[in-house]
Formats: sequence, structure tokens, C-alpha cells
Amino acid sequence: MSGGAAGYAPAAISIEHVDKSFGANQVLSGISLEVAPHEVICLIGASGSGKSTLLRCINLLEPIDAGRISLLGHPVTGGNIDQNLVRRQVGIVFQSFNLFPHMTVLRNVTLAPTKALRMPRADAEQQARELLTRFGLQDKQHEYPDRLSGGQQQRVAIVRALAMQPQIMLLDEVTSALDPELVAEVLDLIRELASGGMTMLIATHEMSFARDIANRVCFLEEGRIIEDAPPARLFSSPQDDRTKRFLRRIVEAGRL
Amino acid sequence: MTDDQGGVGAGAQLAGGFGSSGRGPRLLSGGGRRATVISTASTLVVLAALAAIFWFAPGSAAVRHTFFNPQDMWQSFVGNPRKGYYSVGEALWLNIRMFLVAEVLILALALVIALARQSTSPVMFPFRVLAMIYVDFFRGVPLLLVVFVIGLGVPALRLPFVSSQSAAIYGVCALVLSYSAYVSEVYRAGLNSVHQSQVAGARSLGLSHATALRYVILPQAVRNIIPPLLNDFISLQKDTALVGVLGAIEANEAAQIYSSTVFNFSSFTVAAILFLILTIPLARFTDRLVARDRARRLAGGLR
Ligand SMILES: Nc1ncnc2c1ncn2[C@@H]1O[C@H](COP(=O)(O)OP(=O)(O)OP(=O)(O)O)[C@@H](O)[C@H]1O
Ligand SMILES: [Mg+2]
Repeated sequence: MSGGAAGYAPAAISIEHVDKSFGANQVLSGISLEVAPHEVICLIGASGSGKSTLLRCINLLEPIDAGRISLLGHPVTGGNIDQNLVRRQVGIVFQSFNLFPHMTVLRNVTLAPTKALRMPRADAEQQARELLTRFGLQDKQHEYPDRLSGGQQQRVAIVRALAMQPQIMLLDEVTSALDPELVAEVLDLIRELASGGMTMLIATHEMSFARDIANRVCFLEEGRIIEDAPPARLFSSPQDDRTKRFLRRIVEAGRL
Repeated sequence: MTDDQGGVGAGAQLAGGFGSSGRGPRLLSGGGRRATVISTASTLVVLAALAAIFWFAPGSAAVRHTFFNPQDMWQSFVGNPRKGYYSVGEALWLNIRMFLVAEVLILALALVIALARQSTSPVMFPFRVLAMIYVDFFRGVPLLLVVFVIGLGVPALRLPFVSSQSAAIYGVCALVLSYSAYVSEVYRAGLNSVHQSQVAGARSLGLSHATALRYVILPQAVRNIIPPLLNDFISLQKDTALVGVLGAIEANEAAQIYSSTVFNFSSFTVAAILFLILTIPLARFTDRLVARDRARRLAGGLR
């Protein structure tokens, strides 16, 4: 996507007035957000503010109640959408890895390309090996997930999503389940993705990482985007009182 | 050693002996030579006691003659068509064949039923209800009744082809109908045992529902239910004997014919021994799988 000055490039992700409830619990209230191609946006906010739900709605794992979502200029909500087609272009990685425990690393990575994209097996394995090598996992390809450390498992999960050659990556607190000493290796991988130009929407509790990597940081509270600003501004001079309160609590907890 | 001490000691040894035999011979040797000696001794004591009770019971001679007469056992095992009875050993082959065919059909039909019950789409609603009724019905009705209804009812309909099959085929149909209900519940438990996040993981990669089921969910589900499945198949092996009521010459029916021809029940002892020879290996195999699975879980839990 080299739209640039030449003219109009559609937003990678366009979210307009999205509502989502679970029963009586309204989790997203009129959320709107645009993510430009190659942009990296971090979602921060207290637990339960709706970060995961927003990501799951973008990937169509949850249906929305109202509003519109478009990916790369194509609406993906409303009728007549091939959900599987959408999901193949949007990779999502969860806090809990969700690797397939009965398959080797290599098979975890090649399953979706061979079955969903009908890529020949040899090509899929070739691609998987390249990705695994790029992220330092080449000697783990024949291991089963339960023989890997948490950090390695999470990197495999990211590689597995990348093997579908997605245009967009959604990362949901991918380091929250990891021991502190394993967080860095996963964050490094995400940095490398960002420098490669991957469009990413990242829900995270790692404030310093968000400050470091994001083009913009969005603060969510009760299903609303309260503040949306470049990290330098959001972290040093937040405008909204709720953002200030949230950041103060983070600082008090020693996490910023 | 006084009588009293002997009793207590034997009890303790008995418990120890059962404990180790349940977990396989490796534990036995793991306890060292002394443990082996003790468990062997306790086994011998128990067996000797049982044998003594059997041997010195007032009716022992009569029972031995009616149930354990070596000559009758051998006669019924080899059979003699000219004298009007069949070989129990040969008849067992029919049990084995019925078991093998039924097993394959049960695995397939039960899976279909389980998937229908687990489905969520509105289109599948009638099938969900049908599957539920099916399972409720066939789990509630005694297998023997199903065997009778199929084996006597279907031929009585006098339909072309369908009504002119052998008793063994009706028997297999009855077994399949009844066991599929049980096994579908086992499958369902297995499907539920796979964590929802695995579904999310597969779906988020753009895999279709069917592909996710085939490559991600089912393999994990089946792995979790192999022990209970094998358990059901152990009882299926013996329940093939029920087909004898339709006149199929399987082992139990052959034994029955022998006993009513010769007026000696030793043929049933032969049939019992043959069924044990069939089921015990499967039971031990199941134990081994369970043990291996537990070991794997423990190892996996350490991460
Ligand atoms: N499948 C679901 N069914 C019902 N309620 C749900 C479901 N998923 C999420 N919720 C509710 O939606 C709200 C927002 O949850 P969500 O997981 O989006 O928050 P989050 O910002 O990701 O929090 P965290 O930082 O703890 O991950 C919570 O109140 C949660 O209880
Ligand atoms: Mg979350």
C-alpha cells in the first residue's frame, strides 16, 4: 500500500460507532477508531474496559450489535460476509497462546496455510521454516508446544498467525501470561514486525512498550475511547481526568 | 505365628498384593525382592484358601462334575455336529466378527449423533432433537429387548432383502443401535473436554468449522476418551453373546446347545474362559493407556 501523497488509501481498520453488549452488560459503547496502513496503535485501559472484546469484534469472533467495521476499505459487518476470508487477512494472537497441543510447532504453523489457503505442503513448510528461523525458533520446529517455554509458545503463536500472511495483526495482551524474563523476547518480535511495516492493534498492559512502539495510544474506559493521542503526549500530558487517574494508578503500581 | 496374627498379616498382604497387581508388574519389582516374595506368598495363600473352600464344600463333587468336567469341556470346545452340538471355540469366531463389525459402525454412528447433538446452528435443530430422543431411548431400553425387537420384528415385516438377513446381522444392528447411544455420550464428553480457546484459536486462523473440527477439536477429543471407549468395547465383546437368543450360533448359544444335549454345563465354563481370553487383553491394554496418559499429563503439567 503506497498511497501516500498520490491520494486516498483506505484505512486498514475503520471502526464506526460500534456497540457491543453481553446480555445486560454493555461492553463497547459507540467506539470509533481509524487505523492507517502500517500504523501501530496500542489500546490501554483497566481490566474489563473492553480491549479484548474490541479486538475479537474486529476479527469477527464476536458479532457486534450496532455500527460498522471495515478492513482495508471493505465492510466486514452486515450480511453476506465470508468470515473465514476476513479472518485469513487479520491475524489475532491471544494472551493464552492457544497453540494446538497435539501438533508439533511446524504443524501448528502450517495447518492453516495448507487447509485454509490450500498452499502446497512443501511451500507451507518452507515458509514456516523461514518464519521460525527469522524469530529464532528454527530448532523448535519438531517440538510439541508443552515442551516450550511460555515465551517460545507465544512466539510460535505469533508465527502461526503470520503464516497466513495477514495484512493486519491484532495482539491481545500477548505478554500478560509470561514470566517477566520472557516478556522481552516477545516484545522484540513485535518491534521487528512494526519495523517491517505491519499494521497492528495491540491491547497491552506494558506501558513502556506502548510508549516505545505505538504511533498512537488509545485509552479505553467502560467501552469508550476516552483519549487517543501519540504516546509522548498521552503519557506526559494526558488531557482527560480519567486518563490521568488511570496513569497515576499505573505509576503508583510501579509499572511506568 | 498365632492364628490371630496370621489373619491380620494375610489381610495386610492381601491389600498390598492387590495394590501392586492393579498398577502392573513394574511396581512389584520396584518394591524389591522382599515385596515380590510377600506378594507371591499372599497370592498363593488366597488362591489355596479359595481352592480349599471349593474342594471341600459339601456339593463340590457334583459341581465339579457338572461345570468342570474336563471331558465335557473338551467335547464342547471342539464340537461334534453328528451328535447335534457345535464347537464353542468355532462359535466364538462369530462373536469376534460381530464385535469387529459392530465396533466400526458404532464409532461412526455415535460420532454423527454426538456432532448432531453438539451442533448450534438453527438449521440443525430437528437433528439435535432427534439425536437427543435417540440417545434417551436406546440408553433406556434394555439391550436384550432391542435384540429381540430387531431380530424377530424386522423379519416378521417380510420386506424384500431387509427381512431376509441372518440372525447375526440383526444382532449386530441391535448392538450398534444400543451402543451408539452410549458411545455418542462418550464422544460428547470428549468434545466438551477440549477447551473453548482451542476453537477460538482455530477459527481465528480462518479455518472453517469443519476443518477446525477435523484437525483441531476431534483429535484432542478422541485422545481424551480412549479409555472410556475401550471400556465400552470390553462390554460390547461380551454382549455379543446376547445375539444367541436369535439362534445365531455364537459361543454362548453353542454352549447352551451342548448343555441341553448332553446335560452338562461344562460347556458354559468353556465359553466363559473364551470370553475372558478375549476381554482381559483389552482391559490390560486400557489400563496401560490410562497409566501412560496420566504420566503424560504429569509431565506436561510441569511445563
Ligand atoms: N464471552 C463473554 N460473555 C460475557 N461477558 C463477557 C464475555 N467476554 C467479555 N465479557 C465481559 O466484557 C467486559 C469487557 O471484557 P474484555 O475482556 O473486553 O476486557 P479487557 O479490557 O480485555 O480486560 P483485561 O485487561 O482484563 O483483559 C467484561 O466485563 C467481561 O466480563
Ligand atoms: Mg483482555
